[in-house]
Amino acid sequence: MSSKIYPDAASALEGLTFDGMSVMAGGFGLCGVPENLIVALRDSGARELTVIGNNVGCDEHGMWLVLANGQIRKVLASYVGENKILAQQFMSGEIEIEFNPQGTLAERIRAGGAGIPAFYTRTGYGTMIAEGKETREFNGEHYVMETGLTADLSIVKAWKGDSEGNLVYRKTARNFNPMIATAGKVTVAEVEILVEPGELDPDAIHTPGIFVDRILQGRNYVKHIERRTTRPRAEASQAATGVER
Amino acid sequence: MAWTREQMALRATRELEDGFYVNLGVGIPTMVANMIPEGMKVTLQSENGMLGMGAFPYDDEVDADLINAGKQTITELPQTSYFSSADSFGMIRGGHINLSILGGMEVAQNGDLANWMVPGKMIKGMGGAMDLVAGVRRVVVVMDHCDKNGGAKFRKECSLPLTGKGVVDLLITDLAVFEIDRHGGSGATLVELADGVSLDDIKSRTEAEFRLGPGIG
Repeated sequence: MSSKIYPDAASALEGLTFDGMSVMAGGFGLCGVPENLIVALRDSGARELTVIGNNVGCDEHGMWLVLANGQIRKVLASYVGENKILAQQFMSGEIEIEFNPQGTLAERIRAGGAGIPAFYTRTGYGTMIAEGKETREFNGEHYVMETGLTADLSIVKAWKGDSEGNLVYRKTARNFNPMIATAGKVTVAEVEILVEPGELDPDAIHTPGIFVDRILQGRNYVKHIERRTTRPRAEASQAATGVER
Repeated sequence: MAWTREQMALRATRELEDGFYVNLGVGIPTMVANMIPEGMKVTLQSENGMLGMGAFPYDDEVDADLINAGKQTITELPQTSYFSSADSFGMIRGGHINLSILGGMEVAQNGDLANWMVPGKMIKGMGGAMDLVAGVRRVVVVMDHCDKNGGAKFRKECSLPLTGKGVVDLLITDLAVFEIDRHGGSGATLVELADGVSLDDIKSRTEAEFRLGPGIG
């Protein structure tokens, strides 16, 4: 009987990677990134990759590992700060970056996974993002046409998952993962906790298992924090004050 | 006497209304979170997928799965909800967020905003800024009146690449406040001067054309 469960990230990517492929990866900054699968992607050695995601890791973490290994040719992202190697590779012309407004990127992936080839959005009208794109007026407002996105491979990270591929995300680690899970020709999910069917509440599943082809339980999560901000114990304020270090 | 960063944030706080859903940008706009008036319910949205953003955590509460759009660790509140980035920008683009307060590099008298890139410098990306200004019902920009060299940042037309065309409703600088009729197209109106700032100060430091609001000049 077929099974979606793989023992580790390397075996879960076996037979799925090739030079020139496109890969979508979930995460916002380093929150909710498929740490194990990114290492396996690096170790696969696949080159000339087109990588789609909100960011491309930050120094020494996340998709940075694949980038620093010289495997990426093109990036689609909304924000790529805090990443010196990407800046160097971009300035030297090694890598191409297509900037997408964050909401447009999210919707392009959602549309791609839902079989919608294109949509119209107000975002970016009259800016360089709209250059060369079809625009159209609806009810007196101007909109830009954006196309749906799919990829050869999607890699996502969830908190819990079961052998059916059903996924539950945790807090803001959800971010781009649910749409990306729907938009890969093949989708591989890593989870912190792999459970048996029936252990997840069917009413509380975020990604239904049909979107997930392979699943593995990840190990040794680093969950690096980019900006650790805290407040002192004495303070009772409800607001987002405190120190950053 | 120009306004301090705190005074600029405090002025922005006056744009809040009871029951509002609000998205705050980084920098001075973030300070508004500390200044929500007592007895007013304001729900903060973070575009990475959260409604009801709480304070920074205590040291032993830090959770790597709980960050805001500035990638800072934060906490949740009893009313918090989480959702995907697609749902988050559905809220933003769909006009469900009442107010966005964000920083700017240049604003034009017709409401154009530039705040995401400087040609020749490494581009970091626009993040969610283009979606926010295109979709949020009311957009308030908080920025210095002039750049470091004294050049006017409130201009007839932006010289930098735009984040959005005709998107700014209110501009708060360290010297003054301008209302911009971005829908009606009747331009900018100077509605408030910072303490000790004269109309001549504004005229000499502003490239944009503006009318005078009631009680000014």
